[in-house]
Amino acid sequence: MSELEITAAASARPGDQDDQQDGRPGSPSSGPRARPSVVEIAAGLLALFLLVAAIAPRLLAPGDPLAIDPLSAFGAPSWSHWFGTDESGRDIYTRVIDGARDSLVIGVSATLIGLGLGAVLGTVAGTLGTAVDFTVNRFLEVLFAFPGLLLALLFILVFGPGAGSAIVAVGLSTAPGYARIIRAQLLRVRSSAFVEAATVQGLGRGRILARHILPNTLAPLLVLGTLGVGQAIVWAAALSYLGLGAQPPAAEWGAMLAAGRTYITSAWWMSFFPGLFIVLTAVCATALGRAIERRMRHA
Amino acid sequence: MAEPLTDARSTGGQRVRRLGARIGWPLTRRIGGAVFVLWAVATLTFFAVRLIPGDPAQAILGGPGSQTSPEALAAVRAEYGLDQPVIVQYLAQLGRLATGDLGRSYALNMDVGPLVLSQLGGTLLLAVLALTVAWILALGLATWSTGRGRVARRIGSGLEIVAAALPHFWLATTLIVVASVWWGILPPISTADARGLVLPVLTLAIPLAGFLGQVMRESLTTALESPFVLSARARGEGERGVLWRHALRHAALPAIGLSGWAFGSLISGAVVVETVFARPGLGRTLLNAVTVRDVPVVIGVVMVVALAYILMTILSDLASRLADPRPTTSTAGGAQ
Repeated sequence: MSELEITAAASARPGDQDDQQDGRPGSPSSGPRARPSVVEIAAGLLALFLLVAAIAPRLLAPGDPLAIDPLSAFGAPSWSHWFGTDESGRDIYTRVIDGARDSLVIGVSATLIGLGLGAVLGTVAGTLGTAVDFTVNRFLEVLFAFPGLLLALLFILVFGPGAGSAIVAVGLSTAPGYARIIRAQLLRVRSSAFVEAATVQGLGRGRILARHILPNTLAPLLVLGTLGVGQAIVWAAALSYLGLGAQPPAAEWGAMLAAGRTYITSAWWMSFFPGLFIVLTAVCATALGRAIERRMRHA
Repeated sequence: MAEPLTDARSTGGQRVRRLGARIGWPLTRRIGGAVFVLWAVATLTFFAVRLIPGDPAQAILGGPGSQTSPEALAAVRAEYGLDQPVIVQYLAQLGRLATGDLGRSYALNMDVGPLVLSQLGGTLLLAVLALTVAWILALGLATWSTGRGRVARRIGSGLEIVAAALPHFWLATTLIVVASVWWGILPPISTADARGLVLPVLTLAIPLAGFLGQVMRESLTTALESPFVLSARARGEGERGVLWRHALRHAALPAIGLSGWAFGSLISGAVVVETVFARPGLGRTLLNAVTVRDVPVVIGVVMVVALAYILMTILSDLASRLADPRPTTSTAGGAQ
């Protein structure tokens, strides 16, 4: 598989065209202090909402997520229960808000594991010479032959299901992609003019690496991470949905969706709303990642 | 789409040589690489599976809870070669894999090879259909929304971002609710006929179309601003001709290159989709095997998927070499 694919897969940036074309020279949207677009503001607000939900869920949903009320079981969305109720009369809205913490923690931890591994592999490949580079690249190629969730499933086969397994499994499956991007970025930075200038000035190899190459290579990690959190949440939720990640009593969104699967013909809201929040989080992460990227590029 | 644009006046011999440079050497290298990757996948899975806690003989006889006599355990160990040293087991496993023998399922009392083969067809059909539909959707959206002003572009790219973010399991349940429960026009579980394929294919195709569309739009926009499009316009080519005859070919390149990756993501998506739609296939077999820790089946499916994935990346690589309108510059190594 060529470099092109992975870089394209991970950093396809259709939004950029818009901004390059719309951003007339001198217009407020072209500088580093660009005025945020409507989409960016919406994504920011949504992120804020999700963060509050994760840190202080009772602020947004004062009820008890585990309070059962058999009389109002399977209630359709209404004024008293915005997202309806589940089979024991628990309020879905309260549970979705309550599930934000688990879902975000799982997504963020998995992304950190993936990025960390990817950064180490990519940096090792890009700095320790051609033999190491060759070896790491072959290793990555092998990992890529376990597409998507396959590596995660293999990991769960070995270490058993559960939320912890799901975090590591998703982190592992995303690491090869990150490693490729980071390596490509490192090679790009290494051949850039300012590194050449530093070499000409007689700086040592280690100093150039530490002061010039690595900071510029690792800066995009923030963008990659933000973009990746959405995907990690989706994958972790997929594992929960399949019964291999967080287990049902937890209000994690994937697990809630799985629990609602049984009642899909009679109570669609049980699986619709947790899933909607997964989608919103993923879209929000994508929009924020792109916004950060754009600002970093202009800065 | 096959012959390069620059070939209008070249002789047949040149053409063949050029084709050779474009395909021959890279293909040989790719096949060598593929054999290596398969070996490494087999090795990795073999040793990963050794990390599973517990006695494999016990697992074969029905898990840790079952009452098993030492004699039965010993018999199973001998039957599966588990009493041999690890290196012998490893080499035996490699030998079996090389001859296409994937071993015997712990849980299903049948050989893994025939099991996987019987499930492969359904999943491949699903994946190929989904890939086709995704391409059509992505192409349609990209060509519709490019060159139509800011609003269309925003709508197009917004749709793509949302589509790409849709998780299979949620899209599947939502489609079932709308199309089966509310409208009652399509079956909620995947029956053998064509109607039963619609929802699973759509579930797989829509998120993929989002990814492909994002990549396609970016390269299409770049292509439409490049000099060759200007010169085509100067020659009097209409907008439609510019788009279909010149720009799309450039625009499709990265997306064609992505098809291998896309196929891989489809196979992993099939795990979810086949489960939701109760459709027999490789994905569901894999999920069941992971759930009951049926090690040989997991390894078998992983090997087959890895093989299919590698073949697809080679094919998509070749396809993008063929579709690349830029002339090759060197005789060996190709355009990369």
